[in-house]
Amino acid sequence: MDGTALSLIQLGVVFFGLGFLGRLAGRIGMSPVPLYLLGGLAFGEGGFITFAGIEDFAHIASEIGVILLLLMLGLEYTAKELVTGLKQSWMAGLVDLVLNMLPGIAVALILGWGPVGALVMAGVTYSSSSGIIAKVLGDLGRLGNRETPVVLSILVFEDLAMAAYLPILTTVLAGVSFMGGLTALGISLAVITVVLVGALRYGHLVSNLLDSPDRESFLLKLLGAALLVAGLASALHVSAAVGAFLLGIAISGGTAENATRVLEPLRDLFAAMFFVLFGLNTDPRTIPPVLGVALLLALVTTITKVATGWWAAGRQGIGVPGRARAGAALIARGEFSIVIAGLAVASGVVPVELAALSTTYVLIMAVSGPVAARYVEPVVALFQGKKPEPVF
Amino acid sequence: MNIEETPLPGIGVRRELRLSSGRRVGVVTHRDGQTELILSRVDDPDACAASIPLSAEEAAGLGSLLGSAQLIAQLTAEHENISGVTTHQILIRKGSAFAGRPLGDTHMRTRTGTSIVALLRDGKVIGSPRPDEVLHVDDMVVIVGTDQGLADAAQILQSRL
Repeated sequence: MDGTALSLIQLGVVFFGLGFLGRLAGRIGMSPVPLYLLGGLAFGEGGFITFAGIEDFAHIASEIGVILLLLMLGLEYTAKELVTGLKQSWMAGLVDLVLNMLPGIAVALILGWGPVGALVMAGVTYSSSSGIIAKVLGDLGRLGNRETPVVLSILVFEDLAMAAYLPILTTVLAGVSFMGGLTALGISLAVITVVLVGALRYGHLVSNLLDSPDRESFLLKLLGAALLVAGLASALHVSAAVGAFLLGIAISGGTAENATRVLEPLRDLFAAMFFVLFGLNTDPRTIPPVLGVALLLALVTTITKVATGWWAAGRQGIGVPGRARAGAALIARGEFSIVIAGLAVASGVVPVELAALSTTYVLIMAVSGPVAARYVEPVVALFQGKKPEPVF
Repeated sequence: MNIEETPLPGIGVRRELRLSSGRRVGVVTHRDGQTELILSRVDDPDACAASIPLSAEEAAGLGSLLGSAQLIAQLTAEHENISGVTTHQILIRKGSAFAGRPLGDTHMRTRTGTSIVALLRDGKVIGSPRPDEVLHVDDMVVIVGTDQGLADAAQILQSRL
């Protein structure tokens, strides 16, 4: 069997297997991300099979996966939503940032991973999964609830915070000097401001440039622009992911909706590749030693997210059950924690245990988050000693 | 009455009314155009008792149903002062002798003294229909007249082929 045939068979096996995992996740109503990670873990180092033939492809595919994840995140919100969201929720956003970065920082310092490890873990514990949360809120029929805008505006703030956090992270990971890091941060903050202002005033220009009535050429132009911007951003040490994110923000209106529709299948494909590769590169034998820490971290960061939501919803005059719902909704972590851990692991400057801890942590949070969101109501009712009343 | 509009970043927009009973009723419009009807709970006004996805057609239908209920109420109110005159709604069922035939064929005013003031079709209101308007199955015919006249009219419209 020649190399190409072997690679095709291996890729086929991977995608076929992922398809089954995705279906299983859909059946039990959970995010597929933890199952992809588990799949990767099962087949990786110390697992059953090695994928020597597709390593190069898997590597570039997972890079594209991250770029598409961030591009779609940028597409999700219009520049106007980001700016009004920032104005309305900066205080809740800051409380969220401080409360949820601290546990990550603490755990990294206690485990002796140094300031770089602390920066990485801060991001891992901070970023809620907007994908999981938006889906859970829709599935549970909570879009009409009064606390839902509070939850969503915190997510908007987190996404903006990512645009500042990721360039800092990439420069620190690249081992650039302090001044170099400051320059990169300066550049990226300037670019973010320019893009936000530009998208508000001239977003239609970017959209017009990319827009095309023909689906095929639209897809190629979009993907081309995303990779181009990501590559340039990467060359400037601003992080490929941030470049893609900003491009997503700059695309607006109907073009953004069409872009979401066209890119979704590609994002699913490449992002799945990214999660599997992350699992593959994590040795399952490193997990048991960090399991206790991961559980403790999960418990603490569950409490900090609930506290954030509780406080933010309370400020809007929302009652006790609504405050609890807002807190529980925010618990889920997912794709972005893995993106951050993935950047760190790829740079090779953090200990391998970090990958194991992040994987385990995300596995716990991606599963427990939606469960908590679903069952918070009866639990609160129990605490309040209320009997269930007719709702109509 | 004011409609409160709340943006839902990444999802769409929510528009709602606060009813005099204190409950919220409204619509969540997703970016892709899908709509959801929402109604707040009694015991927890922050939450929703129901959140019902509607297709574009269903949403339009519900909208005009609410509108036409008001029209009928208005007609009833207008004729309330005239003693002995009431408003009645009659459905054109499948198999009715007049399904697919113009309104004029019923000779309603000549035969019963009642007048057909509106037709409700697919959630839309056709006010003061002309005699050449063709009746469809499932049309709701709104008629004004005396009790006897309305009973006769019902018999005519529901007579079978």
